[in-house]
Amino acid sequence: MAERLDEQTMALRAAREFQDGMVVNLGVGTPTLCTNYIPEGREIIFQSENGCLGYGRTAQTEAEQDFNLINAGGQFVVANKGICFFDHAESFSMIRGGHIDLCVLGGLQVSEKGDLANWLIPGREPGSIGGAMDLAFGAAKLLIVMTHTTKDNQPKILKECTYALTAPRCVTTVVTDIAVIDVTDKGLVLRETAPGWTAAEVQTLTEPKLIIPKDLKEMAF
Amino acid sequence: MINKLYESFDKAVADVFDGAVILIGGFGPADGCPSYLIRALYRQGVKNLTLVSNGPGRGRPAPPPPGAPPRPPMMRKSPLNYDDGGLLIQNGQVIKCICAFPGHGMPGNMSAFHTLLAQGKMQVELVPQGTLAERIRAAKAGVPAFYTPTGAGTVIGKGKETRVFDGKTYLLEYAIKADFALVRANKADRWGNLVYQGTSRNFNGAMAGAAKVTIAEVDEMVELGTLNPEGVSTPSIYVNRIASRKDSKEGA
Repeated sequence: MAERLDEQTMALRAAREFQDGMVVNLGVGTPTLCTNYIPEGREIIFQSENGCLGYGRTAQTEAEQDFNLINAGGQFVVANKGICFFDHAESFSMIRGGHIDLCVLGGLQVSEKGDLANWLIPGREPGSIGGAMDLAFGAAKLLIVMTHTTKDNQPKILKECTYALTAPRCVTTVVTDIAVIDVTDKGLVLRETAPGWTAAEVQTLTEPKLIIPKDLKEMAF
Repeated sequence: MINKLYESFDKAVADVFDGAVILIGGFGPADGCPSYLIRALYRQGVKNLTLVSNGPGRGRPAPPPPGAPPRPPMMRKSPLNYDDGGLLIQNGQVIKCICAFPGHGMPGNMSAFHTLLAQGKMQVELVPQGTLAERIRAAKAGVPAFYTPTGAGTVIGKGKETRVFDGKTYLLEYAIKADFALVRANKADRWGNLVYQGTSRNFNGAMAGAAKVTIAEVDEMVELGTLNPEGVSTPSIYVNRIASRKDSKEGA
């Protein structure tokens, strides 16, 4: 089997889903890297749970670090022109009221029906929900970025999630280190494979049956 | 004349009582935590508190054992003079936390919260962050309960009353009734109008006015009439007391 994508390349691929004018919320971890890979010519407004609309890339230097400007992952970020601030109740009115076009979150498990589990690893109770549940229920589209398998090569895309759910039937698309998969009414559709990967190889690492469309593509960067 | 400024942080929290439910603003490492008020509660020594906040806080790092090699510098920086609710947990003043992000108990690096939780000496009520914000906002707005889809079909919905609207299941969630709100802002005037800075507004702006008594910790006081009326984030009606880092004494 070919090499898997690294974290940065997964973020790069996920960011290709950003369309001009979208309001996007990014979860902790790999999703936050997406701010560095906005496709050229597209203007994206990033929303953060802690009360900010219009932040930019992560701070690179000590001088850019401002304790009054962090994202939901606690990282220092910089302000874009047009940025505004508000409190948590207003922020979650945006999220729960359906005003976020796209949310990118990490995942532990995704089911065939688009259920998501991403906040509790058994044995690590009580777990940390943060804003994930509200985002999974409220965002118009939900993109999950995660490795395709666990460290011991077990599938994370399953017929049914075994971990505690974040939300049922919420996932739109999954970007992994070997594939891009859409959740549809008919089932999981394999849209793209990572360079060098075949559909059959992706299927062996995925529990539910994948629908292989005629226009299956290889990811291009 | 109206003047909500207290001469010291200690006096501003003097009547906080055993068993009180306390909202504490802040989010992550931002400079939005009412650290001076938290230290005043620590000195005051009140017990059996329920803290309502995004996370319980990590408190202060334990001193290294005698003869141990020096620690590597902190991975995560904190603002100057920073303390969070974890300080009260370390001091045995807290029996329950209502929060969205308790963090993970890392073996070998357990916070006081996770240690007490494992020992059965701490209760936790885990709440999705948006539901937490809305339960606080509801209390502020006089709404006793509300329906939300967040958590339906998950463990969060277990045992909760549900109702279907337009074919979708919603959970009934209740307002959080709190005794005190400790919030952190940048500037206040003597009436209690507040302005914040950047993402440090977070839960502070939501919590101001959501408890019986709201106590604001600010960097400095400004003359009445100097805050831009269009730019006031928290109207004075929501603020009962102010303690200022520049204009009040930290101790007694």
